[in-house]
Amino acid sequence: MTTIAVVSAGLSNPSSTRLLADRLTAATVEALEEVEIVQVELRDLAHDLTDHLLTGFPSARLADVLARVGAADGLIAVTPVFSASYSGLFKTFFDVLEPGALDGTPVLVAATAGTARHSLVLDHAIRPLFTYLRAVVVPTGVFAATDDFGADGTDLDARIARAAGELARLAGKVASPDATGTRRRTVDDELIDPTPFEELLARAQRV
Amino acid sequence: MQIGIFSVGDVTTDPTTGRTPSEHERIKATVAIARKAEEVGLDVFATGEHHNPPFISSNPTATLAYIGAQTGRIVLSTATTLITTTDPVLIAEDYAKIQHLTDGRVDLMMGRGNTGPVYPWFGKDIRQGINLAVENYALLHRLWREDVVDWSGRFRTPLQGYTATPRPLDGVPPFVWHGSIRSPEIAEQAAYYGDGFFHNHIFWPASHTRQMVDLYRRRWEHHGHGPADTAIVGLGGQFFMRRNSQDAIAEFRPYFDNAPVYGHGPSMEDFTAQTPLTVGSPQQVLERTLSFRDYAGHYQRQLFLVDHAGLPLKTVLEQLDLLGEILPAMRAGFAEGRPAHVPDAPTHQSLVAAAGGAVGHAVHAVDDVTGRAPAEAVSA
Repeated sequence: MTTIAVVSAGLSNPSSTRLLADRLTAATVEALEEVEIVQVELRDLAHDLTDHLLTGFPSARLADVLARVGAADGLIAVTPVFSASYSGLFKTFFDVLEPGALDGTPVLVAATAGTARHSLVLDHAIRPLFTYLRAVVVPTGVFAATDDFGADGTDLDARIARAAGELARLAGKVASPDATGTRRRTVDDELIDPTPFEELLARAQRV
Repeated sequence: MQIGIFSVGDVTTDPTTGRTPSEHERIKATVAIARKAEEVGLDVFATGEHHNPPFISSNPTATLAYIGAQTGRIVLSTATTLITTTDPVLIAEDYAKIQHLTDGRVDLMMGRGNTGPVYPWFGKDIRQGINLAVENYALLHRLWREDVVDWSGRFRTPLQGYTATPRPLDGVPPFVWHGSIRSPEIAEQAAYYGDGFFHNHIFWPASHTRQMVDLYRRRWEHHGHGPADTAIVGLGGQFFMRRNSQDAIAEFRPYFDNAPVYGHGPSMEDFTAQTPLTVGSPQQVLERTLSFRDYAGHYQRQLFLVDHAGLPLKTVLEQLDLLGEILPAMRAGFAEGRPAHVPDAPTHQSLVAAAGGAVGHAVHAVDDVTGRAPAEAVSA
Protein backbone atom coordinates (compact mmCIF):
# COMPACT_ATOMS: atom_id res chain seq x y z
CA MET A 1 0.00 0.00 0.00
CA THR A 2 1.33 3.38 -1.04
CA THR A 3 -0.02 6.50 0.63
CA ILE A 4 -0.16 9.67 -1.42
CA ALA A 5 -1.02 13.00 0.22
CA VAL A 6 -2.61 15.62 -2.00
CA VAL A 7 -2.33 19.20 -0.76
CA SER A 8 -4.38 21.68 -2.70
CA ALA A 9 -4.45 25.41 -2.00
CA GLY A 10 -7.27 26.62 -4.23
CA LEU A 11 -9.62 29.16 -2.68
CA SER A 12 -12.81 29.01 -4.73
CA ASN A 13 -15.12 26.05 -4.81
CA PRO A 14 -14.74 24.35 -7.20
CA SER A 15 -11.29 25.70 -7.97
CA SER A 16 -9.13 24.98 -11.00
CA THR A 17 -6.37 24.13 -8.51
CA ARG A 18 -8.52 21.38 -7.01
CA LEU A 19 -9.50 20.28 -10.51
CA LEU A 20 -5.84 19.86 -11.44
CA ALA A 21 -5.13 18.11 -8.11
CA ASP A 22 -7.92 15.64 -8.82
CA ARG A 23 -6.58 14.83 -12.27
CA LEU A 24 -3.07 14.34 -10.93
CA THR A 25 -4.46 12.13 -8.16
CA ALA A 26 -6.43 10.01 -10.62
CA ALA A 27 -3.38 9.54 -12.84
CA THR A 28 -1.22 8.60 -9.84
CA VAL A 29 -3.79 6.12 -8.55
CA GLU A 30 -3.82 4.54 -11.99
CA ALA A 31 -0.04 4.23 -12.00
CA LEU A 32 0.16 2.54 -8.58
CA GLU A 33 -1.12 -0.88 -7.59
CA GLU A 34 -2.55 -0.26 -4.15
CA VAL A 35 -2.88 3.31 -3.06
CA GLU A 36 -4.47 5.33 -0.30
CA ILE A 37 -5.10 9.03 -0.88
CA VAL A 38 -4.96 11.67 1.89
CA GLN A 39 -6.79 14.66 0.45
CA VAL A 40 -5.99 18.01 2.09
CA GLU A 41 -7.91 21.11 1.07
CA LEU A 42 -6.06 24.02 2.67
CA ARG A 43 -9.02 26.39 2.47
CA ASP A 44 -10.74 24.31 5.17
CA LEU A 45 -7.66 24.67 7.38
CA ALA A 46 -7.01 28.39 6.83
CA HIS A 47 -8.01 29.44 10.36
CA ASP A 48 -6.18 26.52 11.95
CA LEU A 49 -3.04 27.44 10.03
CA THR A 50 -3.16 31.07 11.14
CA ASP A 51 -3.83 30.01 14.72
CA HIS A 52 -0.82 27.71 14.54
CA LEU A 53 1.39 30.59 13.40
CA LEU A 54 0.18 32.67 16.35
CA THR A 55 0.07 30.10 19.14
CA GLY A 56 2.88 27.79 18.03
CA PHE A 57 0.81 24.61 18.22
CA PRO A 58 -1.64 22.95 15.82
CA SER A 59 -5.30 22.37 16.52
CA ALA A 60 -6.18 18.69 16.89
CA ARG A 61 -7.42 18.39 13.30
CA LEU A 62 -4.45 20.27 11.85
CA ALA A 63 -2.08 18.09 13.90
CA ASP A 64 -3.78 15.05 12.39
CA VAL A 65 -3.37 16.40 8.85
CA LEU A 66 0.29 17.32 9.43
CA ALA A 67 1.01 13.86 10.77
CA ARG A 68 -0.69 12.16 7.84
CA VAL A 69 1.11 14.29 5.25
CA GLY A 70 4.43 13.68 7.02
CA ALA A 71 3.83 9.94 7.00
CA ALA A 72 2.80 9.73 3.33
CA ASP A 73 5.01 7.95 0.78
CA GLY A 74 4.49 10.67 -1.77
CA LEU A 75 2.99 14.14 -2.07
CA ILE A 76 1.11 16.00 -4.76
CA ALA A 77 1.28 19.73 -4.01
CA VAL A 78 -0.86 22.11 -6.03
CA THR A 79 -1.10 25.88 -5.62
CA PRO A 80 -2.59 28.77 -7.51
CA VAL A 81 -0.06 31.39 -8.60
CA PHE A 82 -0.49 34.57 -6.55
CA SER A 83 1.75 37.59 -7.15
CA ALA A 84 4.43 35.70 -9.03
CA SER A 85 4.68 32.78 -6.58
CA TYR A 86 2.81 30.14 -4.59
CA SER A 87 -0.06 31.45 -2.48
CA GLY A 88 0.47 32.49 1.14
CA LEU A 89 -1.88 29.79 2.35
CA PHE A 90 0.11 27.13 0.49
CA LYS A 91 3.38 28.40 1.97
CA THR A 92 1.91 28.60 5.48
CA PHE A 93 1.10 24.91 5.40
CA PHE A 94 4.70 24.02 4.58
CA ASP A 95 5.94 26.58 7.12
CA VAL A 96 4.22 24.78 9.98
CA LEU A 97 5.10 21.27 8.83
CA GLU A 98 7.63 19.78 11.24
CA PRO A 99 11.25 20.08 9.99
CA GLY A 100 12.21 16.71 8.55
CA ALA A 101 8.62 15.72 7.79
CA LEU A 102 9.26 15.65 4.04
CA ASP A 103 12.87 14.47 4.05
CA GLY A 104 13.28 12.15 1.08
CA THR A 105 9.58 12.27 0.19
CA PRO A 106 8.85 12.29 -3.57
CA VAL A 107 6.80 15.35 -4.48
CA LEU A 108 4.90 16.21 -7.63
CA VAL A 109 4.58 20.00 -7.88
CA ALA A 110 1.80 21.65 -9.83
CA ALA A 111 0.32 25.11 -10.22
CA THR A 112 -2.54 26.92 -11.85
CA ALA A 113 -2.82 30.48 -13.11
CA GLY A 114 -4.76 32.62 -15.52
CA THR A 115 -2.08 32.53 -18.18
CA ALA A 116 0.88 30.39 -19.12
CA ARG A 117 3.16 33.41 -18.58
CA HIS A 118 3.36 32.34 -14.93
CA SER A 119 4.56 28.84 -15.67
CA LEU A 120 8.14 29.37 -14.46
CA VAL A 121 6.77 29.76 -10.93
CA LEU A 122 6.97 25.97 -10.82
CA ASP A 123 10.72 25.94 -11.24
CA HIS A 124 11.68 29.28 -9.75
CA ALA A 125 9.57 29.22 -6.58
CA ILE A 126 7.92 25.89 -5.86
CA ARG A 127 10.77 23.55 -6.72
CA PRO A 128 13.31 25.42 -4.51
CA LEU A 129 10.84 25.34 -1.60
CA PHE A 130 10.72 21.55 -1.70
CA THR A 131 14.45 21.30 -2.27
CA TYR A 132 14.90 23.25 0.94
CA LEU A 133 12.53 20.83 2.68
CA ARG A 134 14.77 17.98 1.42
CA ALA A 135 11.97 16.44 -0.59
CA VAL A 136 12.63 14.77 -3.94
CA VAL A 137 10.81 16.76 -6.60
CA VAL A 138 9.90 14.73 -9.67
CA PRO A 139 11.31 16.08 -12.96
CA THR A 140 7.98 16.99 -14.51
CA GLY A 141 6.05 19.82 -12.88
CA VAL A 142 2.54 20.38 -14.13
CA PHE A 143 1.34 23.86 -14.89
CA ALA A 144 -2.22 24.46 -16.03
CA ALA A 145 -3.35 27.84 -17.31
CA THR A 146 -7.02 28.62 -17.71
CA ASP A 147 -6.65 27.90 -21.43
CA ASP A 148 -5.58 24.35 -20.73
CA PHE A 149 -9.01 23.54 -19.39
CA GLY A 150 -10.75 24.66 -22.55
CA ALA A 151 -8.50 24.35 -25.53
CA ASP A 152 -8.04 21.45 -27.89
CA GLY A 153 -4.61 20.16 -28.60
CA THR A 154 -3.22 20.96 -25.15
CA ASP A 155 -0.74 18.40 -23.89
CA LEU A 156 -1.97 18.75 -20.27
CA ASP A 157 -3.09 15.12 -20.21
CA ALA A 158 0.31 13.94 -21.34
CA ARG A 159 2.09 16.09 -18.75
CA ILE A 160 -0.19 14.85 -15.99
CA ALA A 161 0.43 11.24 -16.97
CA ARG A 162 4.18 11.72 -17.17
CA ALA A 163 4.41 13.50 -13.81
CA ALA A 164 2.12 10.96 -12.12
CA GLY A 165 4.21 8.14 -13.52
CA GLU A 166 7.38 9.72 -12.16
CA LEU A 167 5.81 10.16 -8.74
CA ALA A 168 4.43 6.63 -8.69
CA ARG A 169 7.81 5.17 -9.58
CA LEU A 170 9.55 7.01 -6.73
CA ALA A 171 6.82 6.71 -4.10
CA GLY A 172 6.22 3.04 -4.73
CA LYS A 173 9.78 1.83 -4.72
CA VAL A 174 11.24 2.56 -1.28
CA ALA A 175 9.52 0.92 1.68
CA SER A 176 9.42 4.26 3.50
CA PRO A 177 11.52 7.42 3.56
CA ASP A 178 12.77 6.23 6.96
CA ALA A 179 14.16 3.09 5.37
CA THR A 180 16.57 5.15 3.29
CA GLY A 181 18.12 6.60 6.45
CA THR A 182 17.84 10.10 5.05
CA ARG A 183 15.14 11.46 7.31
CA ARG A 184 16.01 13.91 10.09
CA ARG A 185 14.93 12.99 13.59
CA THR A 186 11.79 14.80 14.66
CA VAL A 187 10.38 15.61 18.09
CA ASP A 188 8.13 12.58 17.74
CA ASP A 189 11.14 10.34 17.10
CA GLU A 190 12.79 11.69 20.26
CA LEU A 191 9.63 11.15 22.29
CA ILE A 192 9.54 7.51 21.28
CA ASP A 193 13.25 6.77 21.34
CA PRO A 194 15.19 9.55 23.10
CA THR A 195 18.84 10.24 22.45
CA PRO A 196 20.58 9.07 25.66
CA PHE A 197 21.99 11.86 27.80
CA GLU A 198 25.56 10.60 27.44
CA GLU A 199 25.24 11.17 23.69
CA LEU A 200 23.71 14.63 24.25
CA LEU A 201 26.66 15.55 26.46
CA ALA A 202 29.20 14.25 23.95
CA ARG A 203 27.40 16.09 21.18
CA ALA A 204 27.35 19.36 23.16
CA GLN A 205 31.12 19.31 23.44
CA ARG A 206 31.79 18.33 19.84
CA VAL A 207 32.83 21.35 17.81
CA MET B 1 1.91 19.04 46.53
CA GLN B 2 3.20 22.57 46.01
CA ILE B 3 0.87 25.16 44.53
CA GLY B 4 2.15 28.53 43.45
CA ILE B 5 2.43 31.16 40.77
CA PHE B 6 4.97 32.29 38.23
CA SER B 7 5.43 35.62 36.52
CA VAL B 8 7.16 36.35 33.24
CA GLY B 9 7.27 40.08 33.97
CA ASP B 10 5.73 41.42 30.77
CA VAL B 11 4.88 45.11 30.51
CA THR B 12 1.67 45.03 28.50
CA THR B 13 -0.91 47.70 27.76
CA ASP B 14 -4.26 47.09 29.45
CA PRO B 15 -6.47 46.67 26.36
CA THR B 16 -9.56 47.85 28.24
CA THR B 17 -8.08 51.20 29.25
CA GLY B 18 -5.17 51.70 26.86
CA ARG B 19 -2.93 52.30 29.85
CA THR B 20 0.58 50.85 29.98
CA PRO B 21 2.19 50.48 33.41
CA SER B 22 5.67 51.90 33.89
CA GLU B 23 8.60 49.57 34.46
CA HIS B 24 8.77 50.85 38.03
CA GLU B 25 5.11 50.02 38.66
CA ARG B 26 5.51 46.57 37.18
CA ILE B 27 8.67 45.81 39.18
CA LYS B 28 6.98 46.87 42.41
CA ALA B 29 3.84 44.95 41.39
CA THR B 30 5.93 41.79 41.12
CA VAL B 31 6.91 42.19 44.77
CA ALA B 32 3.33 42.92 45.81
CA ILE B 33 2.12 39.82 43.95
CA ALA B 34 4.77 37.63 45.59
CA ARG B 35 3.84 38.92 49.05
CA LYS B 36 0.17 38.33 48.30
CA ALA B 37 0.97 34.80 47.17
CA GLU B 38 2.48 34.08 50.57
CA GLU B 39 -0.43 35.78 52.33
CA VAL B 40 -3.07 33.62 50.62
CA GLY B 41 -1.15 30.46 51.50
CA LEU B 42 0.62 29.56 48.25
CA ASP B 43 3.84 27.56 48.40
CA VAL B 44 5.92 28.93 45.52
CA PHE B 45 6.61 32.22 43.77
CA ALA B 46 8.72 32.02 40.61
CA THR B 47 9.97 34.82 38.41
CA GLY B 48 10.98 34.64 34.79
CA GLU B 49 14.16 36.00 33.25
CA HIS B 50 14.18 38.19 30.17
CA HIS B 51 16.77 40.60 28.88
CA ASN B 52 14.70 42.54 26.41
CA PRO B 53 11.71 44.87 26.40
CA PRO B 54 8.79 44.66 27.09
CA PHE B 55 9.90 42.65 30.13
CA ILE B 56 11.10 43.79 33.55
CA SER B 57 12.44 40.42 34.62
CA SER B 58 16.15 40.95 34.10
CA ASN B 59 18.24 40.40 37.23
CA PRO B 60 15.96 37.79 38.81
CA THR B 61 18.39 37.26 41.68
CA ALA B 62 17.97 40.80 43.00
CA THR B 63 14.20 40.40 42.71
CA LEU B 64 14.18 37.08 44.54
CA ALA B 65 16.49 38.29 47.29
CA TYR B 66 14.32 41.38 47.82
CA ILE B 67 11.17 39.26 47.93
CA GLY B 68 12.96 36.81 50.22
CA ALA B 69 13.58 39.62 52.68
CA GLN B 70 9.88 40.54 52.70
CA THR B 71 8.45 37.05 53.04
CA GLY B 72 8.99 34.28 55.54
CA ARG B 73 7.70 31.01 54.23
CA ILE B 74 7.12 30.92 50.47
CA VAL B 75 9.64 29.08 48.29
CA LEU B 76 11.29 31.31 45.70
CA SER B 77 11.99 29.92 42.28
CA THR B 78 12.58 30.88 38.67
CA ALA B 79 10.56 30.37 35.52
CA THR B 80 13.02 30.14 34.00
CA THR B 81 16.73 30.74 34.61
CA LEU B 82 18.48 31.08 31.25
CA ILE B 83 21.06 28.32 31.45
CA THR B 84 22.04 29.01 27.84
CA THR B 85 23.15 32.63 28.03
CA THR B 86 24.00 32.96 31.72
CA ASP B 87 27.43 31.90 32.88
CA PRO B 88 26.95 28.80 35.06
CA VAL B 89 29.65 30.13 37.38
CA LEU B 90 27.48 33.16 38.13
CA ILE B 91 24.37 31.01 38.56
CA ALA B 92 26.28 28.85 41.06
CA GLU B 93 27.34 31.90 43.07
CA ASP B 94 24.11 33.88 42.87
CA TYR B 95 21.67 31.16 43.83
CA ALA B 96 23.88 29.75 46.58
CA LYS B 97 23.95 33.28 48.00
CA ILE B 98 20.15 33.55 47.89
CA GLN B 99 19.95 30.12 49.46
CA HIS B 100 21.95 31.42 52.46
CA LEU B 101 20.06 34.69 52.67
CA THR B 102 16.64 33.00 52.63
CA ASP B 103 17.61 29.99 54.76
CA GLY B 104 17.09 27.56 51.93
CA ARG B 105 13.85 28.92 50.48
CA VAL B 106 15.06 28.83 46.89
CA ASP B 107 15.12 26.46 43.96
CA LEU B 108 15.53 27.03 40.21
CA MET B 109 14.02 26.05 36.92
CA MET B 110 16.39 25.90 33.98
CA GLY B 111 15.19 27.09 30.59
CA ARG B 112 16.76 27.99 27.28
CA GLY B 113 14.96 31.14 26.17
CA ASN B 114 13.62 31.43 22.65
CA THR B 115 14.43 35.02 21.71
CA GLY B 116 17.06 34.80 18.97
CA PRO B 117 18.75 38.21 19.39
CA VAL B 118 19.27 37.73 23.15
CA TYR B 119 21.84 34.98 22.57
CA PRO B 120 24.37 37.08 20.62
CA TRP B 121 24.04 39.88 23.20
CA PHE B 122 25.61 37.39 25.59
CA GLY B 123 28.05 36.03 23.03
CA LYS B 124 26.02 32.89 22.31
CA ASP B 125 24.14 31.35 19.39
CA ILE B 126 20.52 30.16 19.63
CA ARG B 127 21.28 27.28 17.26
CA GLN B 128 23.45 25.86 20.06
CA GLY B 129 20.56 26.14 22.55
CA ILE B 130 20.37 22.48 23.51
CA ASN B 131 24.15 22.07 23.58
CA LEU B 132 24.50 25.18 25.78
CA ALA B 133 21.84 23.88 28.17
CA VAL B 134 23.56 20.50 28.38
CA GLU B 135 27.13 21.68 28.85
CA ASN B 136 26.40 24.67 31.09
CA TYR B 137 24.25 22.64 33.43
CA ALA B 138 26.83 19.86 33.59
CA LEU B 139 29.26 22.48 34.90
CA LEU B 140 26.76 24.06 37.29
CA HIS B 141 25.94 20.63 38.69
CA ARG B 142 29.61 20.07 39.52
CA LEU B 143 30.19 23.56 40.93
CA TRP B 144 27.58 22.94 43.61
CA ARG B 145 28.83 19.46 44.46
CA GLU B 146 32.61 19.66 44.22
CA ASP B 147 34.56 22.16 46.30
CA VAL B 148 37.36 22.52 43.79
CA VAL B 149 36.63 22.17 40.10
CA ASP B 150 38.94 21.73 37.13
CA TRP B 151 36.90 22.02 34.00
CA SER B 152 37.14 22.70 30.32
CA GLY B 153 34.38 22.75 27.73
CA ARG B 154 33.26 24.29 24.53
CA PHE B 155 31.31 27.34 25.60
CA ARG B 156 33.23 29.12 28.35
CA THR B 157 36.74 29.77 29.64
CA PRO B 158 38.31 26.71 31.31
CA LEU B 159 38.50 26.62 35.10
CA GLN B 160 41.51 25.44 37.07
CA GLY B 161 41.21 25.02 40.82
CA TYR B 162 37.98 27.01 40.94
CA THR B 163 35.73 27.09 44.00
CA ALA B 164 32.26 28.60 43.66
CA THR B 165 31.42 30.63 46.74
CA PRO B 166 29.48 30.60 48.92
CA ARG B 167 29.22 26.84 49.11
CA PRO B 168 25.58 25.65 49.08
CA LEU B 169 23.75 26.04 52.38
CA ASP B 170 24.23 23.00 54.63
CA GLY B 171 26.20 21.35 51.83
CA VAL B 172 23.01 20.81 49.82
CA PRO B 173 22.56 22.46 46.40
CA PRO B 174 19.24 24.11 45.54
CA PHE B 175 16.83 21.71 43.88
CA VAL B 176 16.71 22.13 40.11
CA TRP B 177 13.82 21.77 37.69
CA HIS B 178 14.28 21.71 33.94
CA GLY B 179 11.55 23.41 31.96
CA SER B 180 10.76 22.65 28.37
CA ILE B 181 7.66 22.67 26.23
CA ARG B 182 8.83 20.80 23.16
CA SER B 183 12.39 19.50 23.59
CA PRO B 184 12.54 15.84 24.57
CA GLU B 185 16.30 16.35 25.13
CA ILE B 186 15.51 18.48 28.18
CA ALA B 187 13.18 15.84 29.65
CA GLU B 188 16.03 13.38 29.15
CA GLN B 189 18.46 15.76 30.87
CA ALA B 190 16.14 16.17 33.88
CA ALA B 191 15.71 12.40 34.12
CA TYR B 192 19.46 11.75 33.86
CA TYR B 193 20.27 13.96 36.84
CA GLY B 194 17.23 12.95 38.88
CA ASP B 195 16.12 16.59 38.77
CA GLY B 196 12.56 17.85 38.39
CA PHE B 197 10.86 18.33 35.04
CA PHE B 198 8.44 21.20 34.53
CA HIS B 199 6.12 21.31 31.56
CA ASN B 200 4.65 24.74 31.12
CA HIS B 201 1.72 23.34 29.27
CA ILE B 202 -0.23 26.60 29.15
CA PHE B 203 0.37 26.97 25.42
CA TRP B 204 0.10 23.36 24.35
CA PRO B 205 -2.58 20.69 24.27
CA ALA B 206 -2.75 18.08 27.01
CA SER B 207 -1.85 15.31 24.55
CA HIS B 208 1.58 16.86 24.08
CA THR B 209 2.13 17.44 27.80
CA ARG B 210 1.31 13.81 28.39
CA GLN B 211 3.98 12.68 25.91
CA MET B 212 6.67 14.90 27.42
CA VAL B 213 5.88 13.91 31.01
CA ASP B 214 5.67 10.23 30.03
CA LEU B 215 9.11 10.43 28.43
CA TYR B 216 10.59 12.08 31.52
CA ARG B 217 9.02 9.51 33.85
CA ARG B 218 10.20 6.60 31.66
CA ARG B 219 13.75 7.94 31.52
CA TRP B 220 13.76 8.72 35.27
CA GLU B 221 13.21 5.04 35.86
CA HIS B 222 15.74 4.11 33.14
CA HIS B 223 18.44 6.22 34.82
CA GLY B 224 17.88 4.44 38.10
CA HIS B 225 16.15 7.07 40.22
CA GLY B 226 13.18 4.87 41.09
CA PRO B 227 9.79 3.94 39.64
CA ALA B 228 8.38 6.29 36.98
CA ASP B 229 5.66 7.52 39.30
CA THR B 230 8.24 8.85 41.76
CA ALA B 231 9.68 11.33 39.26
CA ILE B 232 9.31 15.01 40.16
CA VAL B 233 6.86 16.70 37.81
CA GLY B 234 5.68 20.30 37.67
CA LEU B 235 3.02 21.81 35.43
CA GLY B 236 2.07 25.31 34.36
CA GLY B 237 -1.47 26.54 34.24
CA GLN B 238 -3.49 29.69 33.82
CA PHE B 239 -6.94 30.80 34.82
CA PHE B 240 -9.16 33.79 35.18
CA MET B 241 -11.95 33.44 37.68
CA ARG B 242 -14.91 35.33 39.06
CA ARG B 243 -17.61 33.95 41.30
CA ASN B 244 -19.93 33.90 38.31
CA SER B 245 -18.35 32.22 35.28
CA GLN B 246 -20.08 34.56 32.79
CA ASP B 247 -18.46 37.54 34.54
CA ALA B 248 -15.06 35.88 34.24
CA ILE B 249 -15.55 35.25 30.51
CA ALA B 250 -16.74 38.79 29.80
CA GLU B 251 -13.98 40.44 31.82
CA PHE B 252 -11.10 38.31 30.54
CA ARG B 253 -12.02 38.22 26.85
CA PRO B 254 -10.40 41.54 25.84
CA TYR B 255 -7.21 40.50 27.66
CA PHE B 256 -7.24 37.15 25.91
CA ASP B 257 -8.00 38.63 22.50
CA ASN B 258 -5.08 41.06 22.75
CA ALA B 259 -2.60 38.96 24.74
CA PRO B 260 0.96 39.14 23.42
CA VAL B 261 1.36 35.39 23.02
CA TYR B 262 -1.93 34.03 21.68
CA GLY B 263 -3.93 37.20 20.99
CA HIS B 264 -5.55 37.77 17.59
CA GLY B 265 -5.40 34.02 17.03
CA PRO B 266 -7.82 31.35 18.15
CA SER B 267 -11.03 32.22 19.98
CA MET B 268 -10.94 32.06 23.78
CA GLU B 269 -13.35 29.13 23.56
CA ASP B 270 -11.03 27.19 21.21
CA PHE B 271 -7.99 27.99 23.32
CA THR B 272 -9.60 26.96 26.59
CA ALA B 273 -10.66 23.70 24.96
CA GLN B 274 -7.16 23.04 23.56
CA THR B 275 -5.01 24.15 26.52
CA PRO B 276 -5.31 24.23 30.32
CA LEU B 277 -6.51 27.87 30.30
CA THR B 278 -9.67 28.00 32.40
CA VAL B 279 -11.91 31.05 32.41
CA GLY B 280 -14.83 30.64 34.75
CA SER B 281 -15.88 30.12 38.34
CA PRO B 282 -13.56 29.03 41.16
CA GLN B 283 -15.24 25.62 41.08
CA GLN B 284 -14.42 25.24 37.37
CA VAL B 285 -10.80 26.22 37.95
CA LEU B 286 -10.59 23.74 40.80
CA GLU B 287 -12.00 20.88 38.76
CA ARG B 288 -9.91 21.62 35.68
CA THR B 289 -6.71 21.84 37.71
CA LEU B 290 -7.35 18.53 39.43
CA SER B 291 -7.93 16.95 36.01
CA PHE B 292 -4.29 17.62 34.99
CA ARG B 293 -3.45 14.43 36.90
CA ASP B 294 -5.43 12.46 34.33
CA TYR B 295 -2.58 12.89 31.86
CA ALA B 296 0.42 13.84 34.01
CA GLY B 297 -0.08 11.41 36.87
CA HIS B 298 0.27 12.46 40.51
CA TYR B 299 2.69 15.36 40.42
CA GLN B 300 4.56 17.69 42.72
CA ARG B 301 4.24 21.31 41.69
CA GLN B 302 1.49 23.34 40.06
CA LEU B 303 2.35 26.91 39.07
CA PHE B 304 -0.18 29.33 37.63
CA LEU B 305 0.45 32.38 35.48
CA VAL B 306 -1.80 35.14 36.83
CA ASP B 307 -0.11 38.49 36.08
CA HIS B 308 0.08 38.91 32.35
CA ALA B 309 -1.59 40.33 29.26
CA GLY B 310 -2.02 43.76 30.85
CA LEU B 311 -4.22 42.70 33.77
CA PRO B 312 -4.08 45.49 36.40
CA LEU B 313 -2.44 44.73 39.74
CA LYS B 314 -5.76 45.06 41.57
CA THR B 315 -7.29 42.34 39.39
CA VAL B 316 -4.28 40.08 39.85
CA LEU B 317 -4.50 40.41 43.62
CA GLU B 318 -8.22 39.58 43.46
CA GLN B 319 -7.35 36.47 41.43
CA LEU B 320 -4.94 35.44 44.17
CA ASP B 321 -7.62 35.96 46.83
CA LEU B 322 -9.93 33.66 44.88
CA LEU B 323 -7.15 31.12 44.45
CA GLY B 324 -6.55 31.28 48.20
CA GLU B 325 -10.22 30.49 48.78
CA ILE B 326 -10.13 27.27 46.74
CA LEU B 327 -6.65 26.32 47.93
CA PRO B 328 -7.77 24.01 50.76
CA ALA B 329 -10.12 22.16 48.38
CA MET B 330 -7.35 21.98 45.76
CA ARG B 331 -4.92 20.52 48.30
CA ALA B 332 -7.52 18.01 49.45
CA GLY B 333 -8.26 17.09 45.83
CA PHE B 334 -4.59 16.54 45.02
CA ALA B 335 -4.19 14.39 48.14
CA GLU B 336 -7.09 12.17 47.12
CA GLY B 337 -5.95 8.85 45.73
CA ARG B 338 -2.30 9.84 45.95
CA PRO B 339 -0.19 6.74 46.70
CA ALA B 340 2.05 7.02 49.75
CA HIS B 341 5.20 6.32 47.76
CA VAL B 342 4.70 9.34 45.48
CA PRO B 343 7.09 11.93 46.92
CA ASP B 344 6.44 15.61 47.55
CA ALA B 345 8.55 18.20 45.74
CA PRO B 346 11.98 18.36 47.37
CA THR B 347 12.59 21.28 49.72
CA HIS B 348 15.78 22.37 51.39
CA GLN B 349 14.71 20.59 54.58
CA SER B 350 13.89 17.35 52.80
CA LEU B 351 17.15 17.44 50.84
CA VAL B 352 19.18 18.03 54.00
CA ALA B 353 17.37 15.15 55.68
CA ALA B 354 17.98 12.91 52.66
CA ALA B 355 21.68 13.81 52.77
CA GLY B 356 21.85 12.63 56.37
CA GLY B 357 22.00 16.07 57.89
CA ALA B 358 23.58 19.44 57.27
CA VAL B 359 27.25 19.68 56.49
CA GLY B 360 28.94 22.87 57.64
CA HIS B 361 30.72 23.92 54.54
CA ALA B 362 33.53 26.37 54.12
CA VAL B 363 36.36 26.08 51.68
CA HIS B 364 39.51 27.90 52.62
CA ALA B 365 42.30 28.85 50.33
CA VAL B 366 45.27 26.56 50.23
CA ASP B 367 48.30 27.99 52.06
CA ASP B 368 50.72 28.89 49.29
CA VAL B 369 53.74 28.06 51.46
CA THR B 370 52.69 24.72 52.98
CA GLY B 371 50.28 23.69 50.21
CA ARG B 372 47.79 22.73 52.90
CA ALA B 373 44.27 23.86 53.64
CA PRO B 374 43.86 25.26 57.20
CA ALA B 375 41.87 22.22 58.33
CA GLU B 376 44.67 19.90 57.26
CA ALA B 377 47.24 22.09 59.00
CA VAL B 378 45.34 21.80 62.27
CA SER B 379 44.92 18.06 62.12
CA ALA B 380 48.52 17.47 60.98
